[in-house]
Amino acid sequence: MVPEPLPFEADIHQLELLLDKLEGAGGEGASDETRRMKREHRALLKKTYDNLSPWQTVEVSRHKQRPQFLDYLGLCFEEFVELHGDRAFGDDRALRTGFARLGEHKILLVGHHKGRTLKERQECFYGCTHPEGYRKALGKMRIAAKFRVPIVCLIDTPGAYPGIGAEERGQSQLIATSILELTRLPTPIVCVVIGEGGSGGALGIAIGDRVSMMQHAYYSVISPEGCAGILWKTANDETKPRAASALRMTSRDLQQFGVIDDIIPEPLGGAHRSPRDAADALKKHLQRRLRELVSLSTEELLAKRYEKFRKLGQFA
Amino acid sequence: MSSSEIKRGVPEGLWIKCPTCKATLFKKDVERNLNVCEQCQHHFYTSAGDRIAQLLDENTFEEWDANLQPVDTLGFVDSQPYSKRIVDQQKKTGLKDAAVTGRGFIRGRGVVIGITDFAFMAGSMGSVVGEKLARAAERATELRVPLIFVSGSGGGARMQEGILSLMQMAKISAALAKYDSAGGLYICVLTNPTMGGVAASWAFQGDITLAEPKAMIGFAGARTIKNTIRLELPDGFQTSEFLMKHGFVDRIVHRRDLRTEVAQLIDYCDMK
Repeated sequence: MVPEPLPFEADIHQLELLLDKLEGAGGEGASDETRRMKREHRALLKKTYDNLSPWQTVEVSRHKQRPQFLDYLGLCFEEFVELHGDRAFGDDRALRTGFARLGEHKILLVGHHKGRTLKERQECFYGCTHPEGYRKALGKMRIAAKFRVPIVCLIDTPGAYPGIGAEERGQSQLIATSILELTRLPTPIVCVVIGEGGSGGALGIAIGDRVSMMQHAYYSVISPEGCAGILWKTANDETKPRAASALRMTSRDLQQFGVIDDIIPEPLGGAHRSPRDAADALKKHLQRRLRELVSLSTEELLAKRYEKFRKLGQFA
Repeated sequence: MSSSEIKRGVPEGLWIKCPTCKATLFKKDVERNLNVCEQCQHHFYTSAGDRIAQLLDENTFEEWDANLQPVDTLGFVDSQPYSKRIVDQQKKTGLKDAAVTGRGFIRGRGVVIGITDFAFMAGSMGSVVGEKLARAAERATELRVPLIFVSGSGGGARMQEGILSLMQMAKISAALAKYDSAGGLYICVLTNPTMGGVAASWAFQGDITLAEPKAMIGFAGARTIKNTIRLELPDGFQTSEFLMKHGFVDRIVHRRDLRTEVAQLIDYCDMK
């Protein structure tokens, strides 16, 4: 299937359409031409994706066909026992929680889900969590900690939901509580930003012993739109890329700042071109990191987690 | 024209207008009244220095880490480079960054105190604010004394320091969690404004959460919410009173009573 093109992919898209047609037609005569075009396509993808601008990275991270929580759930994990509800208000569909199996590990899986169809996206507010989502996640994570079940958090949100109800129900309070409790929750936690790492909404479940990003994900203090709106009064095609560059929000930047541990490589042309391969890379990463962490004592685990966040920041 | 000439020529420094009751007030009177409008009790901005004078016993404040300086890690440029903005803000406020921390006494009770000052880049939190507040929480843990933070932060996490600002939320939270586990009493006083990443971290992690009257407190900015939901926001939305009504603030305290109330609360929560 030809992926939907991003604004900077016009040439790539032309080639993909042609290739699709040629492959559909089949026949011996086409094969030499097809091979040549496939090489060209790969070369072009490589050139483009090796040099993505920060804004283009944001576009890739938001691609409609990019694998989301539920996709990875099916591709990486062998079982999922979803646990619903925050015991106080409701069951936030933007944040999913449940027990899952990942190879030899039994884990608690927590993650934002953005949804794909309009109905699904509306149901989970495009991946924007309400206070009850954080309350639910913390509740389930406490159960996991009680039985020393490791936790995997998959982060993919434009930000926590900005709305009247969210404020009435204590968006700040619930995110703040979640962050504080995760810094001392006595079980291994592995966090991966799989798409969008939008500000406090992301951080609310992104405190762990290992924090990593998929290669073309972004993780930022503010969305490029929000930043552009504040600094240049309007978010448009000129200011959004400027903001994305200024904020230094790509996986490479964050690794350089010491904010993330690993960059998980994506298949050529981004995770949406081959969700299977992206999921394999994610799975390998999670298994490796979990194996390291489960052997640590709780004291060691928490002391290292403290140090990990304590040292972040630059000043003179 | 130099700035001193501008100041001399304009008398507005003597009088201020209350944004709530619109009364014209003699500035000296307002200052004598803890920067509160005598007519309608509107709480004006008050600096970190004023706060210390208002809250702590006279001459008991010992400042910590006063020389920590922000750095421009990102090379951030908007209308001007962040590095230049830092220098301008330092000149304007006499502060190195937005937080002032240290120890002192409140009616004879030893405390560690941290304040964010709105005057310095809207009280936003970058690495220096994060480091100072984290150190304050760590020292309060060692000293085994109550910890008082007073928030006055418009933008929350400072975007000019990018992701490192966001990480300050985690850093301070980790230090506060440790303090909490060690049995510390943390009282947070929310003042106008307390928003974004500051609200979503240390401002709402207190054992006891106090707020000054009619302070603007919330997670998302009103404009962001309006643009998202395309509805008018209700009157009094995201005020101290709104927060208390919905169960997120313990008490709304008039500025003149803060010192007494904090001391009173400390006496109920003996840290021995």
